[in-house]
Amino acid sequence: MTTTTAPTTMAVHKTITQTSPVKRIIYGIIELAFAALILFIFAQTVPAGNITTFVMTPGGITIGKAPDWILPTQLTLYILVGISVVLAAIQMIRGFGKVTMIVLGVVAILFIFSFLTWQASGKSLNLAGMLSSAVLLSVPITLGAYSGILCERSGVINIAIEGMMLMGAMVGALVGSVTHSLIIGLAAAILSSVLLAAVHAVLSIKYKINQVISGTVINIFSTGMTSFISQKFLQTNQALNSPPIFPRIPIPGLAEIPVIGPILFNTNLFVYLMVAILIILQVALFSTRWGLRVRSVGEHPKAADTLGINVIKTRYMSVLLGGVVAGIGGAFFTLGNVGRFDEEMTAGKGFIGLAAMLFGNYSPLGATGAGLLFGFADSLGSKLSLLGSAIPPQFMAMAPYLLTMIVLAGFIGRGHVPAADGEPYEKE
Amino acid sequence: MKKPDLEKQDAGKVVLQELTDSPSKKNHEKKSFWMSIRIPILAIVTGLVFGAFLIGVTSTRMYAAFGTSFGAGIAEFFKEIATAYTALFQGSIGNPSAMISALQSGNQVAIREAFNPFLESLVQSTPYIFAGLAVALGFRAGLFNIGVEGQLFIGAAAATYVGYSITGLPQYIHMPLAFLAGALGGALWGFVPGILKATTGGHEVINTIMMNWIAFRFTEWLLSGPMNRPGAGGMPISPLIQPSAEIPKFFQSPIRFNLGFFIALFVACLVWWLLFKTTWGLNLRLVGTNPRAAKYAGLNIISITVIGMVLSGALAGMAGANQILALNHSMALGLSSGYGYDSIALALLGNNHPLGVVLASILFGTLRNGATKMMVVSQIPIDIISIVQAFIVMFVAAPAIIRAIYRLRKPEKEEATAVFLSGWGGGK
Amino acid sequence: MTPILQLKGITKRFPGVLANDHIDLTLNQGEILALLGENGAGKTTLMNILYGLYQPDEGEILVKGQPIKVSSPTDAINAGIGMVHQHFMLIPVFTVTENVMLGDESLKVAGFLDRPTAAKKIKEISEQYSLEVNPDEYVRDLPVGVQQRVEIIKLLYREAEILIFDEPTAVLTPHEANELFDIMRGLVKKGKSIIFITHKLREVLEVADRIMVIRRGAVVGETTPAEADMKKLASMMVGREVQLVVSKVHKEPGPVVAAVQDLVVADATNQIMIDQISFDVRAGEIVGVAGVQGNGQTELVEALTGLVKITSGKVTLLGEDITHATPRHITKLGSAHVPEDRQRDGLVLPFPVAENLVLCTYHNSPFAKGVILQYDKIVSTAEELIKDFDIRTPNAYTQVGSLSGGNQQKVIIARELSRPIKFLVASQPTRGLDVGSIEYIHKRIVQKRDEGCAILLVSPELDEILELSDRIAVMFRGKIIAIVPSEDATKEYIGLLMAGITPETIEKPTGKTVVETTF
Repeated sequence: MTTTTAPTTMAVHKTITQTSPVKRIIYGIIELAFAALILFIFAQTVPAGNITTFVMTPGGITIGKAPDWILPTQLTLYILVGISVVLAAIQMIRGFGKVTMIVLGVVAILFIFSFLTWQASGKSLNLAGMLSSAVLLSVPITLGAYSGILCERSGVINIAIEGMMLMGAMVGALVGSVTHSLIIGLAAAILSSVLLAAVHAVLSIKYKINQVISGTVINIFSTGMTSFISQKFLQTNQALNSPPIFPRIPIPGLAEIPVIGPILFNTNLFVYLMVAILIILQVALFSTRWGLRVRSVGEHPKAADTLGINVIKTRYMSVLLGGVVAGIGGAFFTLGNVGRFDEEMTAGKGFIGLAAMLFGNYSPLGATGAGLLFGFADSLGSKLSLLGSAIPPQFMAMAPYLLTMIVLAGFIGRGHVPAADGEPYEKE
Repeated sequence: MKKPDLEKQDAGKVVLQELTDSPSKKNHEKKSFWMSIRIPILAIVTGLVFGAFLIGVTSTRMYAAFGTSFGAGIAEFFKEIATAYTALFQGSIGNPSAMISALQSGNQVAIREAFNPFLESLVQSTPYIFAGLAVALGFRAGLFNIGVEGQLFIGAAAATYVGYSITGLPQYIHMPLAFLAGALGGALWGFVPGILKATTGGHEVINTIMMNWIAFRFTEWLLSGPMNRPGAGGMPISPLIQPSAEIPKFFQSPIRFNLGFFIALFVACLVWWLLFKTTWGLNLRLVGTNPRAAKYAGLNIISITVIGMVLSGALAGMAGANQILALNHSMALGLSSGYGYDSIALALLGNNHPLGVVLASILFGTLRNGATKMMVVSQIPIDIISIVQAFIVMFVAAPAIIRAIYRLRKPEKEEATAVFLSGWGGGK
Repeated sequence: MTPILQLKGITKRFPGVLANDHIDLTLNQGEILALLGENGAGKTTLMNILYGLYQPDEGEILVKGQPIKVSSPTDAINAGIGMVHQHFMLIPVFTVTENVMLGDESLKVAGFLDRPTAAKKIKEISEQYSLEVNPDEYVRDLPVGVQQRVEIIKLLYREAEILIFDEPTAVLTPHEANELFDIMRGLVKKGKSIIFITHKLREVLEVADRIMVIRRGAVVGETTPAEADMKKLASMMVGREVQLVVSKVHKEPGPVVAAVQDLVVADATNQIMIDQISFDVRAGEIVGVAGVQGNGQTELVEALTGLVKITSGKVTLLGEDITHATPRHITKLGSAHVPEDRQRDGLVLPFPVAENLVLCTYHNSPFAKGVILQYDKIVSTAEELIKDFDIRTPNAYTQVGSLSGGNQQKVIIARELSRPIKFLVASQPTRGLDVGSIEYIHKRIVQKRDEGCAILLVSPELDEILELSDRIAVMFRGKIIAIVPSEDATKEYIGLLMAGITPETIEKPTGKTVVETTF
């Protein structure tokens, strides 16, 4: 036998390198199209002398005030067109390489800003208030995404987040009203959501039924149960449906920073909880033994089993923790925002949370970014309809749903889905 | 072959196999049929028992009775259940004594009125049949259509529009035309998630739910804008459809029994024929059961997935059209009472077989009809039906629970529901 | 000296099968014991019992003379037992370090992972046992041979004394297999003890100290390499005299049926899986494609059957350009395909046997008139095929998923070979089957060749290729690096080609092929 060194027998394939000029041009054209829209639809339709006023302090805030931005509408739009065209030109001529998508995002943000400038032409729009409510509205979506990450990283598909949040919202309102205690209300909301999570866990882990169906069962049950209780008790006796609301808690020092302070550091407990869970989850998943084991169970449960890891127990734990997080998200609706329970008030936020999870590629950090994006779409819709826009409010309200579909179409299947997601573990 | 005559089996045999999902042994056929329906029947019974329990424990009268004595409390508990379920029965089937005396009197009108609760149950079953078929057909094609509700709304809107805007057509043209417009509207709403799934892998569970919310907002806009009834005073309601577009009733008002029920039965036969007797149906079922094998067999997965979703949406659209053309005669927002979720229960309960779906739909229609009377008599919110349905689906999907409750022996082969769904990674 | 491991009277029953029937086994310290048996003989079941994945119905396990209870892999690990599984138990998206430490993690404080310490320990092990591997690489980027090293390191990390290797050579080239044998010899020299499970006779004779043969769940004999030869082992394993080679008469091939020119196929991530290959297949000949799994064979089969998009190049079948044809059109031209993974691609398990038997043709007459299926015709055809191909099934309505592996494969063979085909692509047609089924399927394939069908046979089992092929094409990293007439092919020569050593660098051997049986 010859003394050749062992050649590797697999992998190491050549790759067709993609310096495709076509893609470069296409992205450039998209960016140019944004610029054209700003120019022809927005700038051309605005009376020359109009002024747009952006209020930079959310309503009801006394610390960290910032002066309003008063912009000449048409000039601002022309400047934004100019920046977009320059970026588009560079994109088409030599491309941005690795930051191509970021530049595209920047152009999209410029477009949205132009849109706002145009819509608020001759009026005043509270931009800071809009961003502040975007952060608030992103809370249930992001928490829903965290709940999904916990379950699906361990290999259990969870489409029951919507149902868990709805139940959490109702129970939080009911218990909060009866006890007049925010903390007990929150705890009860979490408990109810965890109970539903336990049902999902038993059905999908023990009885191995299709996890999408198990989740649907919980959603049906939760919709029925919350409406039942609401009609039978909450609507007949308003005292049972008037819980207290978590107040704003300004963080000393930070809350005084103009613009950012009022939006991020003088807000609801739930926003701080969201940030805390983000940090804990991100670290725990990727740097601790617990996280390594959870991920191993979601990728290759049999391999984990052969190394002595209890697959079933790990999955139960993850789903129950997912229930805890979803319960907090549910409580946000009644105890954090509205102060009242309405039937089906979650309005698909749990499912949008799932989309945020997918968009964020199963990472807490990514999911938070996606959650903020969806929250912004939501707040954009409601603020603009207040402004008396020409666009019907119903269309504005479609924004988060449309955005979800676009994101799903564009980004799913690009990242890595936990290999054993949705597969019950058979121990033979 | 030793016994060619005995071995020669009719074509429907293969179908029966799939309905019962059990390996064929001729001598055990009867037994295996019972085996296949005992779980659904026990699931229904158990679901109703849970419902009864819920009625009992949420009764305020019961707690008041416990105040006087323990025995009175227990008695009140059962009395509440008995009252409620008697109302349920009388509301859905009829009052037996009234039926008998009406028959004795021989008065045509009296007979019809006495039997009206039963006929009304069939009326209530009609949209369930369409919607249940929609989900069942989707499941057979490997698609989880949670978007029946939205497709129903769009179908109803399309049928309404054709129903009121076209004039001067004879009924035998106008009515079918409006009905088909409804199917087309639903099909369009199914097409979008279908094409997204087939080409981008965007999961239909999230997309159909997003399409639901978009449909609600869109119809809201239609009804308050382009399709608003003149002189409605801002109420979101459409004009009345032409009498020529109405689905004919068989008796005079208030008996609402109409041709729609028979159209539904006809469509169910059509779906059965399509699924089990034609190559198209086999294509759908192949793609739904094992897409890789379907590709291997030479099928175009993309187009079949889209067709599956379009057909499913069309069936859902028919449910909406039926509601408008047979009952409401104009469209308002409170059109559906959760047919979308209920239809998932129907499909699973009927094991995705058209015959099973029809039987399950009649059961659900009966329950819902009776629940209306139950609400009047016992002030029990109609959502109790959703809760019962959630239990039924859970038991049907996890027969092991039912077997544990009733101490049934485990069959040699687990009876599987004919559902094959993929996780987020699937679809590509 | 007490043996390091003893199994006494291990019995395991599955519904309808006695998988292990009172098996006794003794393993001495520092030896390699080969456990030989054909697919389905019960070897893997026995080892899964030893590793705590199954519970035995009867019998006991003794380690160093002490009876132990192994109710989970944790118990096995604690008793010093480790297993390299047939299908690697590795997580592709984890690094080597993460894979090795999983379940026995090095920690800093409060549950935080200490990756550097674990990586250091892995480095030490890899130097001590000459198992070269980089701890920071992701497993998905490693070649199969290195992945196997990671599996072995996992056991050594846990200080296992008894190592079980379950069919470890299935995914390796002959060259890599030889390397593995060197590693195994090194391990026993350092005091470890090994149980080596296989169905390959040559390997047993080469590496084992002792050989135990299992048939139908029971021990049928014990021998040593010195006392045994291939023929004796083969008959012990199968229980009868085995015809080692399918009788096949030489035949001049006819005209070209299928031709491939400069074919390039890239996968979804733009990796080139097939790199500029050209060859043809003639009527009445079997062209075998040899190569280690994952070198482009799957993509080649999919390209020929229209299942994958061809990046560039040309494929013709019977003179027609089918480069961009649909699978259905290719089938219609007279092509048949036995897919690599029968359960995933070839069958719809919950559907009846009858529908599976017409899976590629149900839309044609006589099985359909227009769009209406003719179930009478489908069922009667199915019943004929069940008889002709001896498919053991209660009847034509039975779900195909409830049949045995061999009978499932017969359903596919019946469906594909019963049609009037001119070209057959058979990918691993005997994977995981027992000897009887293998013999049967080989016979059918050769019969089809003798009828004048052109056949492309893809298999990672070199012996199967050597046994059946008229010409052998060897694939390596997406290229065909040589096409060798079977008269010139020896196992060693093809083995070197499979490892990517090109014909120019090695001398062509002369002489007749020596074919060995594979089971």
